Amino acid sequence: MLTKRIVPCLDIKDGRTVKGINFIDLKDAGDPVELAKAYADTGADELVFLDISATEEKRKTLLDLVMRVAASIDIPFTVGGGISSVSDIDALLHAGADKVSINSSAVKNPLLIDEASAKFGAQCITVAIDAKQIDGEWMVHLVGGKVPTSLNLFEWASEVEQRGAGEILFTSMNHDGTKAGFANEALEILSEMLNIPIIASGGAGTVQHFADAFVKGKADAALAASVFHYKEIEIQDLKKELQNQGIPIRI
Amino acid sequence: MKIAIVNYGAGNIQSLKFAVQRLGYEAYLSHDAAEIKAADKVIFPGVGQASSAMKMLKKTKLDTVIPTLTQPVLGICLGMQLMCHSSEEGSTQGLGIFDVDVHRFENSVKVPQIGWNQIANLKSTLFAGIKEKEYIYLVHSYYAPLCKETVATTQYGLTYSTALQKDNFYGTQFHPEKSSKAGTQILKNFLELKLETNNFKR
Repeated sequence: MLTKRIVPCLDIKDGRTVKGINFIDLKDAGDPVELAKAYADTGADELVFLDISATEEKRKTLLDLVMRVAASIDIPFTVGGGISSVSDIDALLHAGADKVSINSSAVKNPLLIDEASAKFGAQCITVAIDAKQIDGEWMVHLVGGKVPTSLNLFEWASEVEQRGAGEILFTSMNHDGTKAGFANEALEILSEMLNIPIIASGGAGTVQHFADAFVKGKADAALAASVFHYKEIEIQDLKKELQNQGIPIRI
Repeated sequence: MKIAIVNYGAGNIQSLKFAVQRLGYEAYLSHDAAEIKAADKVIFPGVGQASSAMKMLKKTKLDTVIPTLTQPVLGICLGMQLMCHSSEEGSTQGLGIFDVDVHRFENSVKVPQIGWNQIANLKSTLFAGIKEKEYIYLVHSYYAPLCKETVATTQYGLTYSTALQKDNFYGTQFHPEKSSKAGTQILKNFLELKLETNNFKR
C-alpha cells in the first residue's frame, strides 16, 4: 500500500541551514548534508530544501550543495526557492535533485509549468502554493506569503494540475508558524478535487496534527520544519503513532 | 569491475552514480556502444517521457545495442518501461525485451504515484536478503501489468509488476538508489550478480 510521507523541510541560505537546529549529536548542525543524513537515518520519507539565498553567485553554492546531498543520502529530495526557468530546473536535476518546487515564478509565468513538465516529466515538478484565507476566500500569495495576488487557491491548483504539475505543496499562511494544526478543510477540498498528490504544509505542532492532515485533510504527505529541527517531535515516534492509528506509513 | 550507466540524456543519473559509489564501485556514464558492451554490468536509467527518451536512444543507436547485451543489465523506472514491448506514453515502441505493454494508471488513483510502497512475490536473486513487503520508493504514472517475467509485484489500484527479469535483463519500476537500505541492498545484489555471460547469447 502506498504510504503517507513525512517530509522535513530545511531552509538554506548561502549553503547553510538557517533557523536553530537542535540535533546535538551532529558535528555541524548548520551543514545541510549532516542534517539530511540524520533525517534519512531516522526515517524521513523525503526531504525538501528551500533556498532563500538571493544572488546568482549564491545559487551556484546551492548546486554544489545539491550534489553533496545527492552523494550522501539514499532517499528522495526536492529543491525549491528562486527557480525561474527551465535551465534552473535542468541544472538542479542534473546536480542530483529528484524534484524541484516552483512557486512565485509559476504564478508570474504559468507556461513554465507546461514546459518543465513536458521536458522533465510531471513526476519531478512540484508546484508550491502559499495561500491565505481572507474573508472566507483562500487567496494565493507570493514571496513567502507577503504579496497577495488575485488568484483563488482552488482555481490556481486546478490550473497547475492541468498544466502538468506532478504534485502540489500547499502552505496555509493562516496556519504556518502557529503549531495549531494543518488547514485540513482546504486540504480536503484540494485532495478531492485534484488527481495529483498534495503535500500539507504549515501548522504542525503535535503528532495528532499529522494524523488529522492525513485522515481529515486527506493529504498524501505532510511537511514540517521546526517541530523536527527542535526535536519536539521525533520522526520515529510520530510514525509509530500514525501506524497505531491505522494510517499507512513506512516504518 | 566495469559498470556502465547508459547516458542518453535522461534526467537524474547523478544519484545513481553516487549510489554505486557508496557501494564502493565506480560507474562511468556512456552513450558509446563499444564502451557499454565492454562493461561487466550495465545500468539503464530513465526519468522523463517515454517517446522522447526512445528518440534519444535511437539517435545514439543504443536501441539496437541494448537488446543484444549479454552481461547483466538493470533498467530502472522509465528504463525498465522502455525495455518492454511498448508504452502507452506517447504511443512508444519499446525495445521488446520484456513481452508486456506499459499502460497509464487509471484515474481511480492519484497519478503520478509518488512515495513509498511495498514489493511482494519476490522471485529473483535481485531480492536476496530482502523481505516480502519491503518498502521501496516509486514515482511514476505508467506501469507494466503482471506477466510471465514479473519478479516483484506492488498494489496501487491494481496489482502490477514492480520488477521484471528475463535472462540477463532485469528491470525495477522503483528507484533502488532512492529506496534507503533495502534499495542499496538490491543495487548491491545486482552489481554482485555472477552470470555466465555466454549462457545468454541472443
